[in-house]
Amino acid sequence: MDELISILREIHPDVDYETATNLVDGKILDSFDIISLVGEIADKFDVVVSAEYMIPENFNSAQALWNLIQKLQDDE
Amino acid sequence: MLFTSYEFIGFVILLVALYYVLPKKAKWPLLLLGSYVFYFFAGWKFLFYIAAVTIITYVAGLLISKNKKIADARFAELKALDKSGSGSPEECGKEARKRYKEEQKSKRRRIMTVGITIALLILAVVKYTNFTIYNINGILSAFHAPKRINFLTIALPMGISFYTFQAVSYVIDVYRDRHEAQKNFFKYALFVSFFPQLVQGPISRYGDLSKELFTPHTFHGRTVERGLQRVIWGYFKKLVIADRILPAVNTMIDTPENFKGAYVFMVMMFYALELYADFTGGIDITIGIAEMLGIPVKENFERPFFSKNIAEYWRRWHITMGTWFTDYIFYPLSVSGPMLKLGKWSRKHLGEKVGKRLPVYLASFIVWFTTGIWHGASWNFIVWGLGNFVVIMISQELEPLYSKFHKRVNTDGSTVYKSFQIGRTILIMSALRLFDCYRDVPLTFKMFGTMFTTWNWKIVGNGALLHLGIGRADYIILALGTILMFTVSMIARSGSVRDKMEKKLPFAARWVVFTFLLLIIVVFGAYGLGYDASQFIYNQF
Repeated sequence: MDELISILREIHPDVDYETATNLVDGKILDSFDIISLVGEIADKFDVVVSAEYMIPENFNSAQALWNLIQKLQDDE
Repeated sequence: MLFTSYEFIGFVILLVALYYVLPKKAKWPLLLLGSYVFYFFAGWKFLFYIAAVTIITYVAGLLISKNKKIADARFAELKALDKSGSGSPEECGKEARKRYKEEQKSKRRRIMTVGITIALLILAVVKYTNFTIYNINGILSAFHAPKRINFLTIALPMGISFYTFQAVSYVIDVYRDRHEAQKNFFKYALFVSFFPQLVQGPISRYGDLSKELFTPHTFHGRTVERGLQRVIWGYFKKLVIADRILPAVNTMIDTPENFKGAYVFMVMMFYALELYADFTGGIDITIGIAEMLGIPVKENFERPFFSKNIAEYWRRWHITMGTWFTDYIFYPLSVSGPMLKLGKWSRKHLGEKVGKRLPVYLASFIVWFTTGIWHGASWNFIVWGLGNFVVIMISQELEPLYSKFHKRVNTDGSTVYKSFQIGRTILIMSALRLFDCYRDVPLTFKMFGTMFTTWNWKIVGNGALLHLGIGRADYIILALGTILMFTVSMIARSGSVRDKMEKKLPFAARWVVFTFLLLIIVVFGAYGLGYDASQFIYNQF
């Protein structure tokens, strides 16, 4: 989780990812950010977030994204 | 049957009345019948196209859903066998189950690919055949070849770009397991053909629209009232503003050699106003009609001209198209195997900074190319799309510079700076829209250039603008109409105007306002003798 938060901080350093729950709905992360994020996740966690998982609910908070990474790791 | 025709108004009144009179079971079939009657009036031959797209995507969705159900059941069965120890690991172990899951998913992907490819091929053939021939002839001409290919006579079926995209999104969403396939063919046919949004969108998703579309709504005065109010507001924008300014735009772009310099700036501004009033007016009518039937349709605009930059503008203009391209092209492309490989390669060889952006920009380039060509089969639209890409890319690259500037100069809450940003957005977007106006790309660039070489700004005050096919009275109506539209947009920033009216005004007073608006449309709308209430601009896309 810490590693994920540090990736997120590289994209938007000024956001409190521990508490933020509207990263996509609140327009903090745009589509460019999401793609950068997916690239980083593929590198660091060795999982591919395919397009079918790219829905706001999976990216609205660091926790939701972390849950998705774990789910994908389990699937693999 | 144009939205602006008396026949259409009569058709809607009859349909809404029948909808609330008929028994529950007959409501959605009535909408399907109404949608096909509406489409029939656009040309009976076009019915074949919409029927073909409907059948193909319906079958694809059904096959995907069926496979998913069977595969899930078999997967659970294998898991149970493994748990009980009654099956061999080769048959039902974790690895075997994973392989089975992948095989089935790959089967579903193939069905999806075939379904959407056929649907998109139909669109491609009717929309891009002549454009392809035009380009082949251009190449033949460049090589001085004596032969030329004759153009084909293919009429573009009304709304094909919209309903094809809607049907394609349905198949992909079934594949992505966002919802199950619709088993009832006729219900699915209604989703594809729902008449208010058939002409120019919004491009709805099955998951958003289907439930309310098939629910038998009972009559609620308030719902019908609100829908009707929105329809009236839409007609106001279309008939009082868009169609009134249309002759001036046409005069200036039909004979461009006579209208250079400051006139081009006028084309920019007038066309921006016309397009905004036309498209948002059309969407107001669409959403209003659906609302009268109790069916909520997704909003397509969020005051785009108040955006601070182009990327934000595109999140607020034609929203359902933008999200369609993001969800079904940009994301899948960006996270595809080759693109992730490219990202890795470029980070290794070109450095972290460039490497990270290259795949995103490449995917973005493809999306904007596609957005351009979706709007129309011509180089004008392709260059327009790529122009948007260039502007967004430049703005992204300049981000560090903006950050430095904002650290030094505090612009937080500055109305002047915000106005500058909004003004900049309006100017850039309006300049790009010149590609919609002039007949080809070189002419558009040439005309844009004349704004800086032909210094004739005196036309603004010497009465020359009164010779563009619209007179002084038209300008006064346009100015007042635009002020009203702007004021409503300003009020809407803090919530729906109709909600506010409902809270503050009694029923009778609200209807005095809307009756007055209706009177304005009747008296000042550009229709009737001497006018030809024109087709909506987005119909041609």
